[in-house]
Amino acid sequence: MREVAVIGVGMSPWGELWRSSLRDLFAQAALEAMKDSGAPRIDSMVVGCMSSGLFNGQEHLGSLMADYAGLRGIPATRVESACASGGAAFRTGVLEVASGASDFVLVGGVEKMTDVSGDAATRALSAASDFEYEAYQGATFPALYAMVARAHMDRYGTTRKQLAMVAVKNHENGLLNPRAQFRQRISVDAVLGSVMVADPLRLLDCSPITDGAAAVVLCPKELAVKLKKKPLIKVAGIGQASDCIALAQRKDITRFEAAALAAQRAYKAAGIGPDEVDFAEVHDCFTIAEICVLEALGFCKTGQGGRFTEEGHTSRLGRKPINPSGGLKSKGHPVGATGVAQIVELVEQLRGSAGERQLSKVRCGLAENMGGTCGSAVVSILTREGA
Amino acid sequence: MNIQPQRYWREIPQRYRLEAGKCRKCGKLCFPPRRKCAACGGASWDTVQLPRKGRLLTYTVVHSSTDEFAKLVPYAVAIVDLGNGVRLTAQVVDVDPGELCAGMPVRLEFRKLGEAGKAGVICYGYKAVPA
Repeated sequence: MREVAVIGVGMSPWGELWRSSLRDLFAQAALEAMKDSGAPRIDSMVVGCMSSGLFNGQEHLGSLMADYAGLRGIPATRVESACASGGAAFRTGVLEVASGASDFVLVGGVEKMTDVSGDAATRALSAASDFEYEAYQGATFPALYAMVARAHMDRYGTTRKQLAMVAVKNHENGLLNPRAQFRQRISVDAVLGSVMVADPLRLLDCSPITDGAAAVVLCPKELAVKLKKKPLIKVAGIGQASDCIALAQRKDITRFEAAALAAQRAYKAAGIGPDEVDFAEVHDCFTIAEICVLEALGFCKTGQGGRFTEEGHTSRLGRKPINPSGGLKSKGHPVGATGVAQIVELVEQLRGSAGERQLSKVRCGLAENMGGTCGSAVVSILTREGA
Repeated sequence: MNIQPQRYWREIPQRYRLEAGKCRKCGKLCFPPRRKCAACGGASWDTVQLPRKGRLLTYTVVHSSTDEFAKLVPYAVAIVDLGNGVRLTAQVVDVDPGELCAGMPVRLEFRKLGEAGKAGVICYGYKAVPA
């Protein structure tokens, strides 16, 4: 297998963008990534998108997006794995380059969520659960994560305040990100006083509904060297895993087994462990999710995710900065785009081009993207080559 | 509910009678039934009815729902552990949400879940009540 480099990144604006269409968002991100890459051509394209069928009544995204990105004719395929669609698309693109099938591959993620009402959006998102046995019973996504939160609180003593601190920290990071959808400071009290969605989760525990797209360009490392890409950002390891999507069927509903498995595979491929990761972008669709993911990635012990957060280890200046971009909570969560945008953040941090939110001395970043209540997960590890 | 009758009808053995698959090789119960045993890979099954008694593993009270459940808000949803390896997701009714707690004994009853389509075909299923 060939080593793979990420040579270009791009993002559309993120937010409630009534003027922008699904295809236009994608094209903006794709064109920016291609320009940034300096690639002489694009040989193939992968599109991550969760549910354009339900959000926009539009399928067949591979060809549609290739056409509007000026790439008509190339092979273009959509990849879906609920909210992990972007991460799964990235992995598919990496494998395509690594295998030698294509040299220059564009991977994009997109979701246009505000073309439907809030109710219809909730319904579309609930398609990521086991419809016949979860959504049919009245279990919404916040409800499923709320049950994870309560079980975690009951078993490990995780506090309501610790959950809130995840949102507070991610909004603090988002303040420094010009692309973030919600750039405002929030307090623990504001989280605890926000409207109840599914007890114990409140509105400010939840990531928002967002329109947006992100894209990256990949090529073999030797071609990146020829293009004089400096610093060179390499895909050091990538892992993906699945689990039963019905939360009730898990052995332990507080353990995100798919994320743990994906991480083990990524760490093994990269030849490193969690201690060597300098920072991470993780899937904080709800505050409890970030806590469970910290544990699954091995950044802290099982049950200690809340305390790890409260002690400040996950803040920008902590020993393991988590979600320097603002995460899904502040930056926004256009579901299919999220996994690709995490890669964009990793690349910008590793290049040293993250502006105000730049972390110091980072050489190894990890992205964790998951679908549903972690019925699927993708973990990617990127490193900067050379000094 | 946005659900076609044939799709609803297919799940009746599970929704009305709590029919599960019992693996002939290792004895594991699978609900809903599946073709390949998640524990041992076995592929032959007996159909059994699940017990209707269990305990709450965890729960939530939903304050913001999709339109079809909006009339019920706030309503409780829980994961019910039947104590035989089977857990399922169900609403908990006939109880003050403030009285819910993990470990609470419940019984699964046959209840109305909602209505489907323009004709308002009634959708039934199981809900948990305090035992």
